[in-house]
Amino acid sequence: MSLRRLFAFVLAVALALPAGAFAADPGVTATEIKIGNTNPYSGPASAYGTIGKVIAAYFKKVNDEGGINGRKINFISYDDGYSPPKAVEMVRRLVEEDQVLLIFQLLGTPGNSAVHKYMNQMKVPQLFSATGATKWNDPQNFPWTMGWQPNYQSEAKIYASYLLKNIQDAKVGILYQNDDYGKDYLKGFKDGLGDAAKKIVVMEQTYEVTDPTIDSQIVNLKNSGANVFFNITTPKFAAQAIKKANEIGWKPVHFLNNVGASIGAVLKPAGLEASKGVITTQYAKDPLDPQFKNDKGMKDWLAFMKKYYAEGNIADAANVYGYSVAQTLVHVLKQAGNDFSRANVMKQAANMKNLELPMLLPGIKINTSPTDFAPIEQGRLAKFTGEIYEAFGELYDASKK
Amino acid sequence: MMEGTASAARISAPARPTVAGLSVWSWTIGGLVLVIAIACALPLLLSGFKLFQFTQVLGYAIALLGLNILTGYNGQISLGHGAFYALGAYTTAIMIDKWSVPYGFAIPVAGVVCLVAGFLFGIPALRLEGLYLALATFALALAVPQILKYFDSWTGGSQGIVLSKPQAPFGLPLTSDQWLYFLTLGTTLLLFLFGWNLLRGRIGRAIVAIRDHPIAAETMGINSALYKSLVFGVSACYVGIAGALVGLAVAFVAPDSFNVFLSITLLVGIVVGGLASISGALFGAFFIQFVPNWAQDISKAAPWAIYGVFLIAFMYLMPRGISGFFHRLWRRLLRAGAKPAELKRS
Repeated sequence: MSLRRLFAFVLAVALALPAGAFAADPGVTATEIKIGNTNPYSGPASAYGTIGKVIAAYFKKVNDEGGINGRKINFISYDDGYSPPKAVEMVRRLVEEDQVLLIFQLLGTPGNSAVHKYMNQMKVPQLFSATGATKWNDPQNFPWTMGWQPNYQSEAKIYASYLLKNIQDAKVGILYQNDDYGKDYLKGFKDGLGDAAKKIVVMEQTYEVTDPTIDSQIVNLKNSGANVFFNITTPKFAAQAIKKANEIGWKPVHFLNNVGASIGAVLKPAGLEASKGVITTQYAKDPLDPQFKNDKGMKDWLAFMKKYYAEGNIADAANVYGYSVAQTLVHVLKQAGNDFSRANVMKQAANMKNLELPMLLPGIKINTSPTDFAPIEQGRLAKFTGEIYEAFGELYDASKK
Repeated sequence: MMEGTASAARISAPARPTVAGLSVWSWTIGGLVLVIAIACALPLLLSGFKLFQFTQVLGYAIALLGLNILTGYNGQISLGHGAFYALGAYTTAIMIDKWSVPYGFAIPVAGVVCLVAGFLFGIPALRLEGLYLALATFALALAVPQILKYFDSWTGGSQGIVLSKPQAPFGLPLTSDQWLYFLTLGTTLLLFLFGWNLLRGRIGRAIVAIRDHPIAAETMGINSALYKSLVFGVSACYVGIAGALVGLAVAFVAPDSFNVFLSITLLVGIVVGGLASISGALFGAFFIQFVPNWAQDISKAAPWAIYGVFLIAFMYLMPRGISGFFHRLWRRLLRAGAKPAELKRS
């Protein structure tokens, strides 16, 4: 009996020793860092699948150039088909079977919500989730989860501050989708307007995702006498709104939320002529915008796309997005030095100071702190010219009042 | 099915069929005990993640049995059972989340809600046959995710509802993964036993008779309308309980969890597993859980093409589903076992 106990003790010490010596969590060896990811490569949101591919391509580039502190990135990415149960299954597989260091760039609000609690219970970083919901910025309750892009509220605040500064006698009409996404934007917009909100918002209209059209809402907004239109709609309804407003000859200052601002999916079906003058926000460089033609960041990105992801579409903003978010993670991992514990990675992610990335708009700085888990909070407005979005005006910072 | 019983009857006329000295009955019981024993031992052998996968398999198995009772046994094709799966999951989730009802109570209630909903849907569905019924149910599958978003004060809209995983009760030394697995396993056994009992007797024969020859069945005094609606209800009840259990295991429900693809997946499951077969539900569940994952491991670029190849291969090699394949294998064994016995006697 005592011999067995001794054996057990020796075994325990032997097992504990290497763990103590390296002080690293699963997913990191002397030569490798394992990063887990799921992406909708199939299913209703498969258009976003390119993000996973461009990230993998970027990590390949990093590995070709020597990796991170001598370690190669092993990027394991599974298909979740944009289905929350599948995302849960795949994330559990990554964490429990593949033993990844962290989960990176999980895409979509539903999938991220589904594993939110799990990741925080397991104390595994859920970094730079690809969703605009505001709830990822909650370090107090969910210290292991962080978003990346400007969230809906931040974006809405940018329109609000432009409006306050530049439009006199504004009478604002708002159309929003009657769900959490629409209300998130609405809240940010009203917070941004502050006390002025009560005075200048003359009408709010809502629609349900199930509605066939929003024609009557647009007519109501026109009749309210609004000269500013904040259009909080998803692509199908955004196109309808632009079309209808044009048909009935309503020409307000038209703010269109980023969610519905795609040229291909929204403005083209709505009519390029009718879409002229629509204003949205940008935080990354648009590959089609001629003002970045000779920009170094743009040239490097194009060279990268050519060498590592030739089949990727260089007109697709998602490829700029994936490239930039991957650079952010590489920055965090480099900053972690030699301590690749999950706690330290999270600590470094919450300690990014004035990080500028080559494909973000000039002047945009990524900043985080232990109480601020919203990396990008700045943006510039961009107006549709009939062909492309052209960035204009100053850089707005939603984190400042 | 028919020729199977006929040839079995032929063999069993001269002597009770035995394999390796044991009767078919004891082989079946022995096999079942073995499967259940393995199922009970799994939590000791597998990691939390694998157990979670097997919990999903069991959940699918319940759903597939439910759909099989409707489609396989009763001949009503449904492309919309994902809707009842969602209804079960949401009923449980809302009861737990909004009203703090214990899950042990919420799951049976979800079953009853789906039973009623299925029965009610079954009444108008009576007017529709075959492919037309398939289309009507398909509409149900299309509508449900949107309807869920509509009632967002209850359902949480597109954000869904986040649940806490239940802990093992009575201080049992089990992780919540292990407990959920046992809970699902217990429910599966109960519902399979109930399904077997339902299908082997008078009611089961009536259900099959309606499928095979509705007019003859009515002539024999079977109330076809009542039976068909009831079968729809029972089927929806099974699927709803499955949805409730898997919803608990995933600890999250959202409209995106229950898209049209889920309904089609369930139909794939019963066809691959074997129509009108109880064991087929289990085989089908393994298929729809694991084959997409294998397909992905084989090829990242075109996982659904690989899945398609698997599907075609299965249908080609096992035209009566996996259970049909095993059934034939078993019959060959029987014949091989019976022959030496006959020879000895002669």
